[in-house]
Amino acid sequence: MSEPFEPKIITFLCNWCSYGGADLAGVSRLQYPPNIRVVRIPCSGRLDPKFILASFRRGADGVWVSGCHPGDCHYIAGNYYARRKFALLKGLLEHMGIESGRLHFSWVSSAEATKFQQVVTEVTEAVKALGPAQHFIKKMPEVA
Amino acid sequence: MVDYTKEIQERAKRLLEDKKVDAVIGYRQGTVPMMNEPILVRETGKTDQLYWDSFCGVNLANYLTKRKERLAVVAKGCDSRNIIIHLQEGQIKREQLHIIGVPCLGMLDRRKVWAKLGDKEPLLVREEGDQLLVSGRGFEERLKKSDFLQDNCAICIHRNPVLYDELITDPVKEPQRTDRYEDVRTVEAMDSGARWEYFEKLIEPCIRCYACRNACPLCYCPTCFVDESRPQWVGKSLDPTDVRTFHYLRAFHCAGRCTDCGACERACPVGIKVRQFTKKLEKDVWELYQFEAGMVLEGRPPLDVFLPDDPEQFIK
Repeated sequence: MSEPFEPKIITFLCNWCSYGGADLAGVSRLQYPPNIRVVRIPCSGRLDPKFILASFRRGADGVWVSGCHPGDCHYIAGNYYARRKFALLKGLLEHMGIESGRLHFSWVSSAEATKFQQVVTEVTEAVKALGPAQHFIKKMPEVA
Repeated sequence: MVDYTKEIQERAKRLLEDKKVDAVIGYRQGTVPMMNEPILVRETGKTDQLYWDSFCGVNLANYLTKRKERLAVVAKGCDSRNIIIHLQEGQIKREQLHIIGVPCLGMLDRRKVWAKLGDKEPLLVREEGDQLLVSGRGFEERLKKSDFLQDNCAICIHRNPVLYDELITDPVKEPQRTDRYEDVRTVEAMDSGARWEYFEKLIEPCIRCYACRNACPLCYCPTCFVDESRPQWVGKSLDPTDVRTFHYLRAFHCAGRCTDCGACERACPVGIKVRQFTKKLEKDVWELYQFEAGMVLEGRPPLDVFLPDDPEQFIK
């Protein structure tokens, strides 16, 4: 019998909120699927579309980006700019054939450990349902 | 009908004689038919090289980036919108510019003419009203101009320059609000796998020459993302994912700034419809933020501003 599919989900968490939320979830011993690979970023506004494309290209099955709720940005407005960027990016990637369940965005504050747990579960389930990523994986070796 | 070429030449000559500008950027006839090229004229004696016909598709805003001298520039509707974006993004100052506005009737696509002619080689192409006279060895054909419009010109709704210091003739009638996004909607209606295949086919011939980037007035970064090597975000290979990454990012950099001038598509040596990428973004920017690039001098581009209640249904 083959092993069940366990997706790899690259997760970008804002240092000031979602990363703290993840920490709180851990400290509170909340159980959540172990499929996420966390990358800490200083602000959701720091997230360059290149990061998302690079994750997919190197074999990620899903990407999830999480930042502070609107109005709570440590840098006042980083997440507002990010929101416009994400809206257009998600539209473009899906328009060009990346399945809509592969790319996720959320607002999770550092106090919302249960929301963190819930979103990880949702994201993992959505990616699992799609199966392994097929399209956007680079087959040639990377040369730097 | 005013003789556009004569008007442009006279106005350029006067501007140079009066020392209002140091140079005039316009078009001149290329060495092969249907291929006009940009020219920068500094001397009054050379203004007779300036030329105008329906093959002036190059976007001249591309030649204004970070220039220091006073310039006059010939501008169609789309060029003028790109000049506005240049002004907003601080690439040139308004005081430096004298914009010679040219009401445009749409540019023609040389590839469509070639396709129509088959293996007959056009040696001379002239225009007469709404007709195009193409002649070569042993043939002469009369074509209807409106059948050969560039794809973006066929759906253009801003033919008249938005910003100008002088207009060479009366504004032309703007087309009624045409359906600008028919092709985007066709693709949107497909399922995700079919969309993937559609774009896979679309970019298959891409040779990564970056002509689309170079022709685009929006692309002026000192170091382009494709040239970055540490970290290298876009591989240099012709692996389909690298090619696609390039097209994703090139389009995304134009989000909210693209005026759909068609320079990218015109420049592509293998005829890829690269506007399919930017048009989706143009449509989204319009639907989400009701913004049209380069229409007003005031204000900022849509990704440089935000509203507290911007749409966010996609965020958990």
